Parts: sequence; C-alpha cells; structure tokens
Amino acid sequence: MITKRIIPCLDVKDGRVVKGVNFEGLSDVSSPVELGKYYSDGGADELVFYDITASSDGRKLFTDILRQVAQNIFIPLTVGGGIQTLEDFERVLNCGADKVSVNSGAIQNPELIAQAAQKYGNQCVVLSVDVKRVDGRFMVFAKGGRENTGMDALEWISRCEKMGAGEIVVNSIDTDGVKKGFDLELLAAVCDLVSVPVIASGGAGSVADFVTLFETLPKVDAGLAASVFHFGEIKIPDLKRELSQKGINVRI
Amino acid sequence: MIAIIDYGVGNLFSLQSSLKCIGADALVTGDEEEIRKSDKIILPGVGAFADAVAKLRESGLDKVILEEVAKGKPLLGICLGMQMLFEKSYEYGEHQGLGLIAGEVRPIAPMIGQGLKVPHIGWNGLQFPKNKEKSRLYRYIEEGDCVYFVHSYAAVGCEDALTAATEYGAMLTASVERGNVYGTQFHPEKSGSVGLKILQAFCEG
Repeated sequence: MITKRIIPCLDVKDGRVVKGVNFEGLSDVSSPVELGKYYSDGGADELVFYDITASSDGRKLFTDILRQVAQNIFIPLTVGGGIQTLEDFERVLNCGADKVSVNSGAIQNPELIAQAAQKYGNQCVVLSVDVKRVDGRFMVFAKGGRENTGMDALEWISRCEKMGAGEIVVNSIDTDGVKKGFDLELLAAVCDLVSVPVIASGGAGSVADFVTLFETLPKVDAGLAASVFHFGEIKIPDLKRELSQKGINVRI
Repeated sequence: MIAIIDYGVGNLFSLQSSLKCIGADALVTGDEEEIRKSDKIILPGVGAFADAVAKLRESGLDKVILEEVAKGKPLLGICLGMQMLFEKSYEYGEHQGLGLIAGEVRPIAPMIGQGLKVPHIGWNGLQFPKNKEKSRLYRYIEEGDCVYFVHSYAAVGCEDALTAATEYGAMLTASVERGNVYGTQFHPEKSGSVGLKILQAFCEG
C-alpha cells in the first residue's frame, strides 16, 4: 500500500536555506545542496525547494543552485517561488524539478494552472496555498502570507483542483512556526473537498504532531515541515520508526 | 556506454544525474550512430502515450531501438517508456506501442476501485511473483522495498513478463522483463538508494 510521505521544505533566500516564525524574522540555517543531499540520503520521501522572496520582490530562482540540488538528490523534487508563467515552469523543470508549485502566480493568473496542467500533466502542478482565519473564515493570503486576497480558501482550492492542480500543499499561517501541531480543522475541510493528494504544512513541532496528523486525518497524504528538520529537533528516521510503530505505513 | 534516448519527451536531467552517481558512462542522445554504438539503451518518457509514441516514430529512433534490441542489446523502459514496450495503450483512444512485450496499457481507475486517488503517486512497495526467480534488476534489493510511482495507466495481460507488482487497491504492474527487454513503471532515478541499486544492476548487465 502507498506510504505516507514526509517532506522537508527548503525555504531559500539568496541561495541559503532559511526558516522564519510566521514568515517573519528569517534566520540562515544551511546550504540547500548539503541539506538536500542530507535529506535525500536520510529517508525524506520528497523535497520542496522554495524561493520565498521571489514573489514579493520579483527575484528569479537561482537556477544554478537548483541544478546543484537536483544533481545530488534522487527523490522527487518540487520547486516553487516566483512561478508566474509557463516559461518559469520550463526553467525549473529543465533544472531537475519534477513538480512545480504555484502560489501567488496562480492568484494573479489562475489560467496558469490549466495551461501548465495541459502542457506538463496534472501530476506536475502543485497548488500551494497560504491560509489564515479571518473572522472565522479560511482566507487565501498572498505575498508570503502578508496580504489577504479576500478569496475564500476552500473555494480557491476547489477551483484550482478543477483546473488541473495535481496536489495541494495546505499551509496554515495560523499554526506555522508555532510548533503545536498541524491545523487539523483546516486540513479536514480540504480533505473533504478534493480528491487529489493533500500535503499538510505549518505547525509541526514534534513526532507526535505527525502521528496525530495521520491518525486523525487518514486522507492526508504527506506532512511537510522545515525548521524542525533543519534544526534536528525531529530526525526523519526516528519519525518514520515511530509512525510505523503506530501502524502508519511509511517508507523505512 | 549507455544511451538515454532523447526524443523530445520528458526530463532527462535526473536520470542522467543518477547514472552519473553510480559511475555509469551515460549519454543523452537522439543520434542514431551513438545509439548503435551504445552497450545498453534506456528509453525514458513522461506525458501522454500518443504524443510520446508519435515523437519516437517521427525521430525514426523506434526502428533503431527495435533493431538494436533484436541484436540482443539490453533495453530499459522507464514509466511511459515502459508502457511503450507493450502492444497497445488505451490512453485517450487506442495507440500502437513497440510490441516488444505482450500486453496492453489501460487506465488504473476502474482497476483500483473507489476512494483511491488517481494518479497513483508516491512511494509503494515491490512484490515479486511467487512462482518466479527474482529479476536480475532486483539482485541488490529486497521484496517490499519502496520505489516512486507517478502514473494513471498500467500494463495488463503481461503476467508472463511480470517481475514485480505493487498494491494500490489492486495489484498493479510495477515491472516487466522479457529476454533483454526490461521495463519499470516506477522511476528508479527518483527512488532513492533502492532506485540507484536497480539502475546499477541494469548497468552491470
């Protein structure tokens, strides 16, 4: 049976991996190439490589860094950050990405999802959505979580799935960086809504948070995190052993 | 030298990197002479069957591959490249494949039943057929090892050639082998150390 995926996310700024609490106060952690290889060799099921500054200041991904990461890892690689056109898809796919994650680019031009899905296949197009509660409603935020788009998150996710998004990364701004667990309420709502894989992001602080995620929401396909992996607070082999002992099917 | 066939379909970067990692001498090429000079051939592929087969035929490389395989040269088809080894595919119509292995390619949705997502995407375990010797490709790995799949179609009617299956609501064809022709539905170049060991086994012959 297919396994639950554990995905470290490498947020990259100026060629270095960073991670901020609630997207603010970035702190340098390490080299993307070294971290990527460390994770690929150490049991990660997939890597996500995001240029987190790309959409706010228009900087393009450093494709040479990406190429170096891709040359050294032999697990699936998703790339995002500043993806606004089909040319951006082409550029990162040529550097070794397997999937491309769109966020602000899709908000600005929703047709991008349909066009990319048609050209590269649904499996290649990942919708990443930053969600925050506003007056009790799940709203889509843009610009790295700084700007409320005024769009209802569940409506947006459903629309993107229909246009061809093959996976949904649901990042809860409310739980991100807090390390008290994933946003189960939001994730449950998304799982009920879509039939493509759902990747939970934002809030993992301990091994127990992943166990709770997969036990509570069997429809969630993967758990994504950054700092808890980068700072060694959770070691992926330990995490997988614990999940396996709890009866959750993972790749050991 | 191993020729990775470049016929304008798919991303060959990862495959090239993984072969480099295991120390294999590999060349991404669409050149007939290079392919004829090679010791082994890898046929990759992603995307839609009809488009990929059309591009392969337009390039004329389908004939080159068939002639080299007939001479005994080992061939490994990966993902869509594996599906193209079969007689036909029912992906958006009915399309002829290379016919190197008996069987056909059909959508997995009716096979796997309700509640499972399509495409079958992620890491899944390999199960070897009980009544057969383990494939040479798997000599460095164990039954149950996980490999990475991304597909919405799967080969059926190929029991004779089956070397591994994977469980996803049904037993889906994971790999096949007939003489010097091998195919993997999964992506060895994306399957971590297990995948590298499979590629190494192919490269060593």
